[in-house]
Amino acid sequence: MLKNREISAVELVDCFLDRIQRYEALNAFITIDEDGARANALASDNLRSKGFFTPLSGIPLAHKDIFCTKDLRTTCGSRMLENFVSPYNATIVDKLEEAGAILIGKTNMDEFAMGSSTETSYFGPTLNPWNLKRVAGGSSGGSASAVAARLVPIATGTDTGGSIRQPASFCGLTGLKPSYGRVSRYGMIAYASSLDQGGPIAQCVEDAALMLQYMAGFDEKDSTCLKKPVPNYTEGLNNSISGLKIGVPKEFFDTALNESILNANHDALSELEKLGAKLVDVSLPNSFFGIPCYYVIAPAEASSNLSRYDGVRYGYRTNTYNDLDQMYSRTRAEGFGEEVKRRIMIGTFALSSGYYNAYYEKAQKIRRLISDDFQRAFSECDYIAGPTSPTTAFALGEKLSDPISMYLSDIFTITVNLAGIPAISMPVGFDTKKLPIGLQLIGRSFDEAGLLNVAYKYQQATDWHLHLPEGFLK
Amino acid sequence: MVISQFLIMTINKSTVEHIAGLAKIHLDPESIENYTKDLAEILELVEKMESAPTDNIEPLAHPQEIDLRLRLDQVAPGSPRDHIQSIAPSAERGLYLVPKVIE
Repeated sequence: MLKNREISAVELVDCFLDRIQRYEALNAFITIDEDGARANALASDNLRSKGFFTPLSGIPLAHKDIFCTKDLRTTCGSRMLENFVSPYNATIVDKLEEAGAILIGKTNMDEFAMGSSTETSYFGPTLNPWNLKRVAGGSSGGSASAVAARLVPIATGTDTGGSIRQPASFCGLTGLKPSYGRVSRYGMIAYASSLDQGGPIAQCVEDAALMLQYMAGFDEKDSTCLKKPVPNYTEGLNNSISGLKIGVPKEFFDTALNESILNANHDALSELEKLGAKLVDVSLPNSFFGIPCYYVIAPAEASSNLSRYDGVRYGYRTNTYNDLDQMYSRTRAEGFGEEVKRRIMIGTFALSSGYYNAYYEKAQKIRRLISDDFQRAFSECDYIAGPTSPTTAFALGEKLSDPISMYLSDIFTITVNLAGIPAISMPVGFDTKKLPIGLQLIGRSFDEAGLLNVAYKYQQATDWHLHLPEGFLK
Repeated sequence: MVISQFLIMTINKSTVEHIAGLAKIHLDPESIENYTKDLAEILELVEKMESAPTDNIEPLAHPQEIDLRLRLDQVAPGSPRDHIQSIAPSAERGLYLVPKVIE
């Protein structure tokens, strides 16, 4: 429509700003940039009239509030950064801006991306548009809720243990966690540096592919970003998947899964079979060490990353202190929420003198076992498929006071981060409460194009991704 | 030896106070009990690692096992100090202000 000039970028931005205001109760956004969005939309219309445009030109976009945006505050869902305005843009913010997308606002998230429900946000929980009494998932729950409610067509997320895939699954969306090193982490506020990776949250595979096209690629400013050519992600979407082998790990299906999740996943696998894929049994025997292993490595890295919040250079500073030590410890006590403090303390403990070998080193060894599991499986198949999450969206408050049950929400997603490989979640049905169910496809390192291809073929044959939550506009 | 460390690890109020001290997080006396309970539960979950067969397995520190790239030793445009310090809780004449450290 933009291309044919049936609508201007300014009109489009106004339309989405209206919706954001109308559905404010979802609490999907932390900050909205009305003036900036309108000004950029106007500039986009001018460029288009001069013949300059890309497929993303004039398309409204929301960033998870973990990506630094110059002159627009970046809170990371924390009181610590409530008034933080970054002096620079994250690389992917620049890239998507150069591609012509219009930043409309920053979305809500679990504080410092630590959570699976967006309930640990200092700015309050985000609601799931499919059922307003349920969580949107997390930590990128604001992005998922906003895209699902059509408050914005596309949004970014980050995934450290499942934070793109699980909310995408809970909200009936397509979410891709790229391989570690595919997308620059520069300007993406660090939680666990060896696991964090940014990626797209979209309504369909095509949109996710388009976004990844502009997000991926080498960045001089991120020393962990790999210098690998970026393939054309939309070109191969329609390739035949006939003859591809899809591994079905017994560990993902053996657990006490809810029947509707199990059925929807089996139906999706049958659909992939109809499209020509072959299903093979694989085993990931160390999967269940994933969560214990993650809850050493991620908090350990977090305890180090979050030591920068000391009330000196930026961010919150307490008002009540007599000396430097008190300033640090009260700033951190008042600036961080409960879950962040818990993880910092777990990490501090795991790295502390006398416990390093038993916890951190042991976890790193398990990390290799998990990575080896995937490599072995990929010698027998091209992709691995299974449920994204053991449940559909749970009720607000249901798991908030029980950290362990919240952690178990990431049981199927977490090993992918530990191995650094890519995975995509796509909608494959609904449970009896009409809540979306997701299926996760896992690929070999840097095979995002292949994942997108398989998921695209599935979406061409099914219509789960076209369903809209009741009461929201198309 | 490592295994026995695992088995005997229990967390109590004084460990929590010690960890909070290391992490520079002030804890209200009434919240210590909750943290002790939460951290003990999390460590119980973590200790499930113990049965993983990791003999002769090399630790994996990073998913892409490659040498980290170093930056060229070149002058690059930085950020102006005033701009960076404009977001500090307390800064003056190019310096960050903190409470007196030396009496």
